[in-house]
Amino acid sequence: MEVKLFGAWSSPFVRRVEWALKIKGIKYEYIEEDLYNKSPSLLTYSPINKQVPVLLHDGKPIIESMVIIEYIDDTWKQKPLLPIDPYQRSMARFWSQYVEDKFYESVKRAFFTEGEEQKAAVESAVEALKPLEQELKGKKFFCGEEIGFVDLVAGWIAHWLEVVEEVLCIKVVDPENFPSLCAWMKNFVEVPVIKENLPARDQMPGFYRMLRQSGLASCDGK
Amino acid sequence: MATAEKGVVLLDLWVSMFGQRCRIALAEKGVEYEFREENIPEHKSPLLLKMNPIHKKIPVLIHDGKPVCESLIIVQYIDEVWTNNPLLPSDPYERAEARFWADLVDKKIYDCGSRLWKLKGEAQQEAKKEMIEVLKLLEDELGDKKYFGGEIFGFVDVALVPFTAWFYSYETCANFSIEEECPKLVAWGKRCMERESVAKSLHDPHKVYEFVCFLKKKFGVE
Repeated sequence: MEVKLFGAWSSPFVRRVEWALKIKGIKYEYIEEDLYNKSPSLLTYSPINKQVPVLLHDGKPIIESMVIIEYIDDTWKQKPLLPIDPYQRSMARFWSQYVEDKFYESVKRAFFTEGEEQKAAVESAVEALKPLEQELKGKKFFCGEEIGFVDLVAGWIAHWLEVVEEVLCIKVVDPENFPSLCAWMKNFVEVPVIKENLPARDQMPGFYRMLRQSGLASCDGK
Repeated sequence: MATAEKGVVLLDLWVSMFGQRCRIALAEKGVEYEFREENIPEHKSPLLLKMNPIHKKIPVLIHDGKPVCESLIIVQYIDEVWTNNPLLPSDPYERAEARFWADLVDKKIYDCGSRLWKLKGEAQQEAKKEMIEVLKLLEDELGDKKYFGGEIFGFVDVALVPFTAWFYSYETCANFSIEEECPKLVAWGKRCMERESVAKSLHDPHKVYEFVCFLKKKFGVE
């Protein structure tokens, strides 16, 4: 029963899969990909998206981080990441999709644009946080006392967002307006499995500055 | 009549492919429910705004007073509550594959399709190229199988089949033939229409085209 994970050190999508594997105590081999020089293996296992993460289980590839996490939860039953109750599961899927489609997409837009377009994207991102703040009121984590599916999907907010704010010179999560979210961020990165598995904070700004520059340059080229 | 407190209610719009996914799933399972047509976007009902305060969109499934939103999340909920005629396979790897392909349909088809009827010139050509690419990917995945689920009409079939009623509109607006590009996919669509759940949920493609023409007038697209 061999498990391999193709990843990239900076990617929050890869980390969320690693967190899921580690929470379940699954042993795996990690293979670092150079995203500017993708390996033939990666291109074979993920021919459509050509992206990390790719989980390889007994030679069979699974792609897309949220699909991978549900696969992990379906395959290894210890420490369930999704609730058992169908209604609670639907709520967990709803909030995960919300974080990806509404908040992450706005932040990504802000990251790869400038001027008025960026300003609008930042405003959109701040608006998108309000329902998350409401959802977290009175809760330690999205899923209750222990972290679960939604926390893993939203986890990038607790470590990567600050880097984005620094690189763009913006503020998205204002502690005064988002006290529950800030508390969740602190609690999340203190969870041992998370704390021991985050990219080095000091290496991130340089990397993300470069990523933004190359993103902006390729837009100009169109 | 089911009240919002007991039974199953589906808040929907007749032409919505997302609503149709839910109708098909409920029909496949033989679930009795009340269909409530919403007047989108002119006058969303207080019930819709209460049950989906974040997105304010249909479809919304209300089961014993509790709302489930987002069509693929609704379909999975239906599959988990009513376990007859399963739509998702029991094998975790096959489930992951089904989730991946349904997610691809969600990410690509609606967006490309909208651009096909909303845009003109080069932008429309670009949308046409992308639509053909993604339909060919799906056709490759289907291969010679009866359904995407193999012998079983499943999750990916439910996710994609409502879009087949829009093929005529896409073809007419962008001047191309989906049958010429993807004959196996069109044949699959016809096989699906032999199922009562699909035939009763989808509308005549010419009626859908009338609706698209109405939208074009409304948005000032000529």
